[in-house]
Amino acid sequence: MTQPIEKKPSVGLFVTCLVDLFRPTVGFAAIKLIEDAGCTVEVPRAQTCCGQPAYNSGDRADTRAIAENTIEAFEGFDYVVAPSGSCAGMLKKHYPGLLKGDAKWEARARAFSAKVHELVSFLVDVRGMRGVDARLDAAVTYHDSCSGLRELDIKQQPRALLASVAGVKLVEMQDPDVCCGFGGTFCVKYPDISNSIVETKTRSIAASGASTLLAGDLGCLMNMAGKLKREGSKVEVRHVAEVLAGMTQTPPIGGR
Amino acid sequence: MQITSPTFKQNSAGALADAQLQKALGNVRSGFIDKRQKAVNALPEFDRLRDNARAIKDHALENLDLYLEAYEAKVKASGGHVHWAQTAEDARNIILDICRSAGARTVTKGKSMITEEIALNDFLAENGIRPVETDLGEYIIQLRGEHPSHIIAPAVHLNKEQVEADFRRVHDHLPPGRDLSEPETLLNEARRVLRSAYFEADVGITGANFLVAETGSSIIVTNEGNGDLTQILPKVHIVMASLEKIVPTLEDAAQILRVLARSATGQEMSVYTTMSTGPRRPGDPDGPEEYHVVLLDNGRSSMLGTEFQDMLRCIRCGACMNHCPVYHAVGGHAYGWVYPGPMGAVLTPSLIGVDKSGHLPNASTFCGRCESVCPMKIPLPKMMRHWREREFERGLNPATQRAGLKLWAFLAKRPSLYRFATSIAIPMLSLLDRGKGRFGYLPLAGGWTKHRDLPAPEKRTFMQQLGSRATGAKEAVQ
Repeated sequence: MTQPIEKKPSVGLFVTCLVDLFRPTVGFAAIKLIEDAGCTVEVPRAQTCCGQPAYNSGDRADTRAIAENTIEAFEGFDYVVAPSGSCAGMLKKHYPGLLKGDAKWEARARAFSAKVHELVSFLVDVRGMRGVDARLDAAVTYHDSCSGLRELDIKQQPRALLASVAGVKLVEMQDPDVCCGFGGTFCVKYPDISNSIVETKTRSIAASGASTLLAGDLGCLMNMAGKLKREGSKVEVRHVAEVLAGMTQTPPIGGR
Repeated sequence: MQITSPTFKQNSAGALADAQLQKALGNVRSGFIDKRQKAVNALPEFDRLRDNARAIKDHALENLDLYLEAYEAKVKASGGHVHWAQTAEDARNIILDICRSAGARTVTKGKSMITEEIALNDFLAENGIRPVETDLGEYIIQLRGEHPSHIIAPAVHLNKEQVEADFRRVHDHLPPGRDLSEPETLLNEARRVLRSAYFEADVGITGANFLVAETGSSIIVTNEGNGDLTQILPKVHIVMASLEKIVPTLEDAAQILRVLARSATGQEMSVYTTMSTGPRRPGDPDGPEEYHVVLLDNGRSSMLGTEFQDMLRCIRCGACMNHCPVYHAVGGHAYGWVYPGPMGAVLTPSLIGVDKSGHLPNASTFCGRCESVCPMKIPLPKMMRHWREREFERGLNPATQRAGLKLWAFLAKRPSLYRFATSIAIPMLSLLDRGKGRFGYLPLAGGWTKHRDLPAPEKRTFMQQLGSRATGAKEAVQ
């Protein structure tokens, strides 16, 4: 896109329903980081959720209605950024298929999709950010959430930016790329299986010796934090954006 | 075979509580994955080979009728017989007729998931014919009266000590004091016991990894050599295969072989790759007198032209289940029918109906690891979602789930109302949190809080806070 040199690119922040409801700090961290990357940020009021709960339950009609709302709300921006690989994946990879064959929406969905990015990928891959001005004195381990990793190729970007955070020591857990067992509605439809999967994950987290767990998706983070706290773990859980933006004064997800 | 897919949840609970099974499943999690990764790393063009393999199968499926007819003509020309079976029952009867014509009392079997699909062993036994499984894993589970829990490692749910106990129980003609402590001693004992069965067998039944239209050949890949003895020694060889095993040429089969073993066991090639084309010809040193191919449809042709057609590319390598966190947690038997794991979650509803197997496509986190390792690039999560759509359209999911979803969707489609409702609910919820930052129990959230705490929300929603805090960002006016 050609921009006059003095005009900053405009970003519409798709804050995601979980961040809106449970973890506003992540939203504010996202705003700071996107502004630091030389963009203006707006938050359209007309957004709710990306539609995954309906989409993954087989309810295409409601998903389409939600997708149309979302596209309409974000059409005016140069970029659409979400602090979640899962929701960004939904917007970018699944909306076009959902609206394919619809004369009114197909082209709009494709144009929308091309502008969508997950937050950390946007900072690194689109804006060329190489470091942040932040500090956290902690050994951290990073969980690769599935959609971000496999739909959007997010793997090195968060690690690259974390390496620039003063005081952070990154220690990899075993199998950081294996699912945590959240899976959206899966975790409440099949709680026992989900529990077995997240137990494997919390064992890996504990074995890493890290004092802080980070990831880029609040659903996974709430699942892992909930399990860690139930097990009495002292590991603190945060969204990676909080650390990158230096907003770690908020208590960790699930408390201490 | 009895279908227990409708009780998937109970099956899973049993599997999670089974300490022996959980120990055995630990081997799946480590062994298969590392070996596959090593094999893939050693072949830089692996991903391109996957694309080639996919294209070959797609082409074969688009022209399935053509290639099947060409294949049939070639089999006949080489002196073999082709039998078309629309249903499992048709296939069982065809095989029984062939066995009876041969006066068979014992049949040996190479490893074959398709004969599991048609429940052939029980049927033959009921009709006075003794089926003997010759693949070691299949032999073990036959002794135990079980079914495979994995499509390439049928006894992967068992530990060595369990197999030793079974061998001591069944092979009671052997000295009780013998040493069976190592896998190798178990293997040698099975080999000795099976040796006589090969010579007693009147009919040998194998599956097929490929049917080659160009030559009328069937191809099996094995690691133990049991398949060769099964198909060469008896006077009748029956190949039991489903329609989608067809590939146009030998070159095509060779292309797909390059991704098959690497994806399955991390081998470059299986130890044996065996081709058979018709019965023994005059002058051949060995081979069967009769060569039969039973071609099974059993619902597959109805997948053609639908959103499930891609599933027919599957070459049964098992990589999807080897990489599946749900399979790792509960193992294969919990899925309740022949095919477990992600490929089973897509295929089973096609073959036995989604009304009976609805849990299978739902019991996935959509982590996508299966699709990322599938050598045929089958979009497994996408097809599981299609099954969920079919279920939703038919109203098959539980009423409470539908009601909850509908209420949520009603709000999610109405941003102003959604904003209003959440701006009341979230501050109320945060009031319940007494400074701990989490809930150990919450009404209506039992599915979540059964095993984990629920992190508490901050005091107000992001949208509420955004209105009153200077952030440098302003809300867009709609």
